[in-house]
Amino acid sequence: MNITLNNRPETFEEESMTFEELIKRKNFTFKMLVTKLNGKLVRKEDRHKVYIKEGDDVTVMHLISGG
Amino acid sequence: MNAEEIRKLLSNKTVGIAGCGGLGSNCAVALARIGTGHLILADFDTVDVSNLNRQYFFKHQTGKKKVLALAENIHSIDERIKITAVDVKLGPADIVSVFAGCDVIVEAFDLAEMKRMIAETVIAEMPGTPLVMGNGMAGWGKSNTIGVEKPTENIYVCGDGTSEISEELPPLAPRVGIVANMQANTVLNILLGNTKEDTL
Repeated sequence: MNITLNNRPETFEEESMTFEELIKRKNFTFKMLVTKLNGKLVRKEDRHKVYIKEGDDVTVMHLISGG
Repeated sequence: MNAEEIRKLLSNKTVGIAGCGGLGSNCAVALARIGTGHLILADFDTVDVSNLNRQYFFKHQTGKKKVLALAENIHSIDERIKITAVDVKLGPADIVSVFAGCDVIVEAFDLAEMKRMIAETVIAEMPGTPLVMGNGMAGWGKSNTIGVEKPTENIYVCGDGTSEISEELPPLAPRVGIVANMQANTVLNILLGNTKEDTL
């Protein structure tokens, strides 16, 4: 599948995968993530059941302490 | 646009400041100096002497509520700025009610957990309101690693994205000030109608 991840094109062999799988595959190791799929918020507890597929627009933001 | 035209345009604008520590206090002062009409300041904390290495407060204000001390400092710069001071530890419901009607919201919390909370709340419940975040500004040097990005619609992130605070990497006035003023610059840009990535 071809998707847009953080405004950049990305290609995966799989036809689809869960948000949780995508985070593992891309090695997003930061603890505090905000995730969005096609303009909608995906909460942490839903990442294992939300599927990403061809043409999706995916955002993964990581946040760290300090301010 | 000249300075007076910018001031006139900003005089009708409302900006919410979520957290009045290192990022929030400095960002709010920059926005007040250029004539932002209405600032909504929210924080639950009081000024501590340890805050003075980076936050826009003075020694005589220690022990005072941050929102009231900041309102006082802003009014010493320009008494025309309308200020709503909200003494609250912000949760999702407060964010929606306190910042309803804001043209832009500035995320100026210290904890990553709080940053996530406001980002999720704004994305889910106030998707039309731009949120300008601060992310990664501890330590010293590495000025050129600090920048601004727009990872998704209506979310702007200022900082280096990697320098998390720790015992050995404290938040200090120079880098915190760079990011706070970068947030203010991003707010100004948005209020002037520039939201495309190549204008950031």
